[in-house]
Amino acid sequence: MTQALVQIRGLHFSRGDKKIFDGIDMDITVGRITAVMGPSGTGKTTLLKLIGGQLKPDAGEIRVDGENVHALPRARLYQLRKKMGMLFQSGALLTDLSVFDNIAFPLREHTDLSDSMIRTLVLMKLAAVGLAGAHRLMPSELSGGMARRVALARALALDPMMIMYDEPFTGQDPISLGVLVKLIRDTNATLGLTSILVSHDVAETLSIADDVKIISGGKVIADGSKEDIQRSDSPWVRQFIDGLADGPVPFHYPGEPLERLLLEDAG
Amino acid sequence: MKPLLNAVERLGRGSIFLAKTLRVLPKLLPRFGLVIHQLHSVGVQTLLIIVVAGLFVGMVLALQLYYTLSTFGAEDTLGMLVDLSLVRELGPVVAALLFAGRAGSALTAEIGLMKATEQLSGLEMMAVDPVERIIAPRFLAGFIAMPLLAAIFSAVGILGGYAVGVDLLRVDAGAFWSQIQAKVDFSEDVLNGVIKSFVFGFVVTWIALFEGHDCIPTSEGVARATTRTVVHSSLAVLALDFVLTAIMYN
Repeated sequence: MTQALVQIRGLHFSRGDKKIFDGIDMDITVGRITAVMGPSGTGKTTLLKLIGGQLKPDAGEIRVDGENVHALPRARLYQLRKKMGMLFQSGALLTDLSVFDNIAFPLREHTDLSDSMIRTLVLMKLAAVGLAGAHRLMPSELSGGMARRVALARALALDPMMIMYDEPFTGQDPISLGVLVKLIRDTNATLGLTSILVSHDVAETLSIADDVKIISGGKVIADGSKEDIQRSDSPWVRQFIDGLADGPVPFHYPGEPLERLLLEDAG
Repeated sequence: MKPLLNAVERLGRGSIFLAKTLRVLPKLLPRFGLVIHQLHSVGVQTLLIIVVAGLFVGMVLALQLYYTLSTFGAEDTLGMLVDLSLVRELGPVVAALLFAGRAGSALTAEIGLMKATEQLSGLEMMAVDPVERIIAPRFLAGFIAMPLLAAIFSAVGILGGYAVGVDLLRVDAGAFWSQIQAKVDFSEDVLNGVIKSFVFGFVVTWIALFEGHDCIPTSEGVARATTRTVVHSSLAVLALDFVLTAIMYN
């Protein structure tokens, strides 16, 4: 029987009048890479922030490692977050600290390790993402791909049980993209992590994901293994996976028909 | 009606933000290095503008007062009047306005950009409280730096007044200093000025940090927040100055 590290039940979340999630249920299986996919603006990043306890749902429950994230007192939530790494789309590195100090930051905040031990750990984490030689650089001197690799090293600093990746492939050149794909796959396998990968880059995501959830219109419209999703004949899934311009997600933004708009101008 | 409700709502959020900041201040004691680091960027880097402005304000005060006083043959009181003007009013107020423009706007832009680039979210996900690690050290640094800057402003202003009054306009140097010594009361004049500058430092830093933390995380949002910091802080300083002066001097 598979064990769920993250369990989402009946999740409702709105921003103003806009409903982002309308009763979502989802399980993230331990030890696997789960891709959460969907068109832009469907709330994929919001879902990660809800799992991390940065946002509160309107209704429903999210359990991580058996703990109800939004019922935890602040101190316990922070304890739980130490076990959850997150890689932000922008990298979110602290711009006034060097690469070395960025990775040392969580170790200095949460452990009493000696400086020499921290140095060893930081360089090991950096070597794991291939950037040990860049430890003296400032974030402003890094390319987008390098910044994400440094952010990954920082997310791994406290040896978390899971990592959430927010759009890790967006805006990357083919080499950086290949490096990130390899790093996500290898770190998950070698460190025995559970990974949640939010992305709309279909080819790269499907190349490393074990499970796939597709979100659209506030609902989970597809949920299964990568193979199930690739075989699916659902028009929603096919439009997203095959990148079709028109389908259940219409090409035209909803509104009054063009004829009426033109007549309004003429009249 | 809606703008009024929005203003009240923002004031409420600002107050909650301030309460959260004040609550974590004791946790800074074992990590005072964070505050010292911020004292450098909030205080030391504001020093140049404070010194230059203080010097010129003191010089202009001496010029203006000299021509008025000389019509009554009361040039000897120049030092006392320059000093009183600076320590009671101009020192705390002008230093606070400059502090809002230089350090306040920088604080808002820094915090706003940290929000826009997800650095604050990143800290939260690393189980580090951004209020404790980022906001509180800057708040304390602003609160400490502002009275020091106001004192430096007043001291340099008096020297500027001395340079113009004594060296240029030939007021007697002994009279300049002795009038200050005789007529400026420490608690009535100097201490009240110091209290004012503490209050201004508290309010300006609070507004600057809240605006940065509360801004819309876009380049336009950060720009608007920075403008609001300078405008709201300046108005708050001027209004509070009136209230404090009315209370202090009946």
